[in-house]
Amino acid sequence: MGHWPALLWLGPSLALIAAVVVYPVAALVRASLSRYSITGLYQGSMGASNYTRLLEQEALVTVVANTLIWVVAIVVVTIAASLGIAQLLNEEFPGRRLVRWTLIVPWAASLIMTSKLFVWLYDYYFGLLNQVLISLRLLAAPVDWLGNDATVMGAMIVVGIFVSVPFTTYVVLAGLSAIPGDVYEAARVDGASAWRTYRSVTLPLLRPALLVAVVLNVIYVFNSFPIVWTLNDRNPGFAHDTMITYMYKIAFKSALRDVGLAAALGCVNVLVILLAVGVYLRTVSWREAEA
Amino acid sequence: MSPIAGRRRVVSRAALSSAGFALALVVLAPYVVMVCTALKPEAELRITPPRLLPLESRLGNFLDVLGDPSFRGWLRASLVVALTSTAIVVLAATPAAYYTARHRFPGRSAFLLLVLVTQMFSPTALVVGLYRQFFELGLVDTYAALIVTNAAFNLAFAVWILRAFFATIPREIEEAAAVDGCGRLRTLARVVLPLSLPAIVTAVIFAFIAAWNEYVVALTLMTDPARKPLTVGITSYVTAYVQHWNYLFAASVLAIVPVVVLFALIERHLVGGLTAGSVK
Repeated sequence: MGHWPALLWLGPSLALIAAVVVYPVAALVRASLSRYSITGLYQGSMGASNYTRLLEQEALVTVVANTLIWVVAIVVVTIAASLGIAQLLNEEFPGRRLVRWTLIVPWAASLIMTSKLFVWLYDYYFGLLNQVLISLRLLAAPVDWLGNDATVMGAMIVVGIFVSVPFTTYVVLAGLSAIPGDVYEAARVDGASAWRTYRSVTLPLLRPALLVAVVLNVIYVFNSFPIVWTLNDRNPGFAHDTMITYMYKIAFKSALRDVGLAAALGCVNVLVILLAVGVYLRTVSWREAEA
Repeated sequence: MSPIAGRRRVVSRAALSSAGFALALVVLAPYVVMVCTALKPEAELRITPPRLLPLESRLGNFLDVLGDPSFRGWLRASLVVALTSTAIVVLAATPAAYYTARHRFPGRSAFLLLVLVTQMFSPTALVVGLYRQFFELGLVDTYAALIVTNAAFNLAFAVWILRAFFATIPREIEEAAAVDGCGRLRTLARVVLPLSLPAIVTAVIFAFIAAWNEYVVALTLMTDPARKPLTVGITSYVTAYVQHWNYLFAASVLAIVPVVVLFALIERHLVGGLTAGSVK
């Protein structure tokens, strides 16, 4: 008997992945080598010229720099905050379940709805953020958070952290619960202080969970679309876009409507993600686990 | 325990509780603003300085939204897309998860790797390719395009969750069923699936929420206002020309509350499915 039964049982999944993941990748690569009219009609091959044009785009340097800042700032702060929050939620205290449930809200809520909510909170005239900061005397005058070149990236990063912390905290919590209690007992017998125990026992044992959290967050944050799309939508040009929103604007929004150019950037984005997936597979030592 | 140690414990538990409470407050504060704004009458949206609580709560905003034919259309689209794509996910993932949990065969590792990679690729990165594909197939503006896209990208989580659960079911139970004359498929349907209900529920809820919240593909493919799902549709309450923030947030509250409750139900199983391959 051959391997036909396997193909039968895996068939539906394979068909779905082939039709909606593999095919679009092929369509993306082909589009990056082609030229299209504004209405989307194929106008022939372009060779690699979409890629050379991509390198000539004035906005590219800014967009790549924005992407780096966006990913690094969100992932670093999210990991640091989640370490603390997970430590807190790992302790027994009255109301712990309730606190764990509240953490689910930003995770389960639609990102576009949360993004709209922050547009309203950041509003220059009617937003509560300015009001609260002024009444706490942290601000002398209201700030146009999303309309000011100096503040818009920071304002978006805050939202990115806000929605990334719940997942990350849950991953760290899972890591913490996997640490056996007797290592803490041993540290206590040795007379180690709480901080010392954390640094030399907890953190090293959390390493695998943390690595997974870092790599997955890098992928999620790099891929993130609704926050920048929504909070930055009043600002013209590409000064605050990431590689993902820049690609989207080139393809669908700007006067360019340049599918070939957007597809070239799309291919670059896919390569970035593939790279991160490779790191993830090494991190979790995939072969050992599955082969 | 000495009385002093006991008191210290009470104090530290109180400190932990207050830290937990402060955290909950920070996390919930934006959503409190969402609910309060959803209750404000139109005129109260533009009061300066802004206030949190409505002067006069207007529950009618929720009724207005629920009665709005546009909202009903978006809700219908979201339900059709989320429910159908979830059904496809379960139908496709169950046999694959079962077979890979029970059998070793050439290509098994490659298949699981492929599934894992699809999980990492959100449709966002591929959206230009997806648009080209559906444009060429003449499927722009159809539910079918949204349904298969959601199904494909939410498949991985279901495969991981179900596979891990199937692996815990003792083979002896299935062997007994086989002795009783059950074929493979009947064993799966009559014996394994009923035992796996918790895992199936988890997979269903996750796939439903992910499709319910999907934005970028719907934004790109759905141009007909009557076919937009909620995530895309409700943004038309606030545009450059109209600013119905109260309706936008009333609709958001209606869309968010059910999924938060569903999410809370599967909270314990989430990490395992999302960090696949890392948990042995």
